[in-house]
Amino acid sequence: MEKELWKGNEAIAEAAIRAGCDCFFGYPITPQSEVPEYMSAHLPKAGGVFVQSESEVAAINMVYGAAGAGMRAMTSSSSPGISLKQEGISYIAGAELPCVIVNCMRGGPGLGTIQPGQGDYYQATRGGGNGDYRTLVLSPSNVQEAVDYVQEAFDIADQYRNPVMVVMDGLIGQMMEPIEWHEVPKRDLAPKDWATTGRKDRDHNNIINSLYMDPEECDRHNDHLAEKYAAMEKNEVRWSETDCDDAEVVITAYGTPARIALTAIETLRSEGLKVGLFRPITLWPFPEEALRKLAKSDHVKAFVDVEMSSTGQMIDDVRLAVEGRKPVHYLGHAGGVMPTVEEMVEAAKKALKEVK
Amino acid sequence: MKKEIIISGFGGQGGLAIGKNLAEAGMAEGLNVTWAPSYGPEMRGGTANCSVVLSDKPVGSPVFAHPTELIALNEPSLSKFEAGVISGGCVFINSDVVTDKVSRPDLTAYYIPCNTIAEEVGNAKVSNMVMLGAYVAGTKILKPETIEAMIQEMFAGPKAKFIPLNIDAFRRGMACIQ
Repeated sequence: MEKELWKGNEAIAEAAIRAGCDCFFGYPITPQSEVPEYMSAHLPKAGGVFVQSESEVAAINMVYGAAGAGMRAMTSSSSPGISLKQEGISYIAGAELPCVIVNCMRGGPGLGTIQPGQGDYYQATRGGGNGDYRTLVLSPSNVQEAVDYVQEAFDIADQYRNPVMVVMDGLIGQMMEPIEWHEVPKRDLAPKDWATTGRKDRDHNNIINSLYMDPEECDRHNDHLAEKYAAMEKNEVRWSETDCDDAEVVITAYGTPARIALTAIETLRSEGLKVGLFRPITLWPFPEEALRKLAKSDHVKAFVDVEMSSTGQMIDDVRLAVEGRKPVHYLGHAGGVMPTVEEMVEAAKKALKEVK
Repeated sequence: MKKEIIISGFGGQGGLAIGKNLAEAGMAEGLNVTWAPSYGPEMRGGTANCSVVLSDKPVGSPVFAHPTELIALNEPSLSKFEAGVISGGCVFINSDVVTDKVSRPDLTAYYIPCNTIAEEVGNAKVSNMVMLGAYVAGTKILKPETIEAMIQEMFAGPKAKFIPLNIDAFRRGMACIQ
């Protein structure tokens, strides 16, 4: 297959079209505006519907409506815009509808900066909206993965009737990288017989709703959702490990910091230091068991979590997985300042020194 | 082999396009490549830059503080990035715009009158192709025929009339490097 040079955001949009996205509703915001821009030019030609909504709130509610009608629906935005969509995401999760939401993250809080960030980890994995719900969160660290995950996201969303988020820092949206268009694995999906497409010959009405006035019924509904989330935790966890087999220090990172870490590890290994990378690909469900296994192994002495965040967010999940077995250190910046190779090398060396 | 290149200039000078051309050519030669732009408000008249990596191994960080080469298309670019270039690295300067000289003795500096040459070959817009030629000749990292094939492809069809102009500019740029 021939390689093509694609910009992350445009590649994501093209990937969605190839995955059979029927409807896209969006609103411009840096650094993700190329997604709606590309969609506006190409989705209608592919037989789909593009609407530039009047706001992010409108866009997510259009997704709600289109998904309810059985369409493959998608929206994308960047951090402050994703915040505005949270109410809608909670409703969509509550009403058990499939959709794909891309967050091309920038720095926050508030309007923050237009430069890349990873400060929306809590929001993506804990849910920024109300209620007991989860969204499956995929996190690419290069353009090829972004393309593959977006295509898969539609199938995952349909399978579980649940929103799937693809979360990446703005750099992956903005950068260009060679990709190959290849077939992503297709899932065996049930027909959308729940969709509100008109009653016709059906003997019952299909109703899309997230409101349960009867407490028992709402309890049962939440139990059903919890079972679904447990199934995702069982079946959908993904991660990758690089040089972890003998690592004394394991760097945990996702997105751009994970690829910067690969360069740092190369440098450290050339100096004879055993350092590896553990990269969660699904941020939710978090690869807890796999990380715990590393924490339990004798050769791992310490972890260094690296994020584009000043306080660290994923580090909470790392600590939950490590369960205090080994020290967990932190390195991070916000505002679009990237953690550098040099800083990672230094942090890994420091972590190693403390335990030796 | 790994090249980490910063190309920087005013928005509209074609710096981002030079970077894209380098990435495209690197990809055509089977290298791993990334192109990452600055996308701040500098796009509106200030300094816009992009970072390009060409490597025979998978690219870790697409951004870096210490380029192996700097292509400076304007004065602020030189003053902003010169200090970061690795020792023994190269700086390619559009000498029609930048009057300053490279101050570090450990760097190889090339001064290319890109605008003058572009006008000589017939169109001021191809000054970026002149610079691309200088880079290719100065680093020998990419084959000139790869770039020329890319130009043929870029201007296929109704734009074919621009092919000789661009190839001319590219070759004149190469000729600037001894």
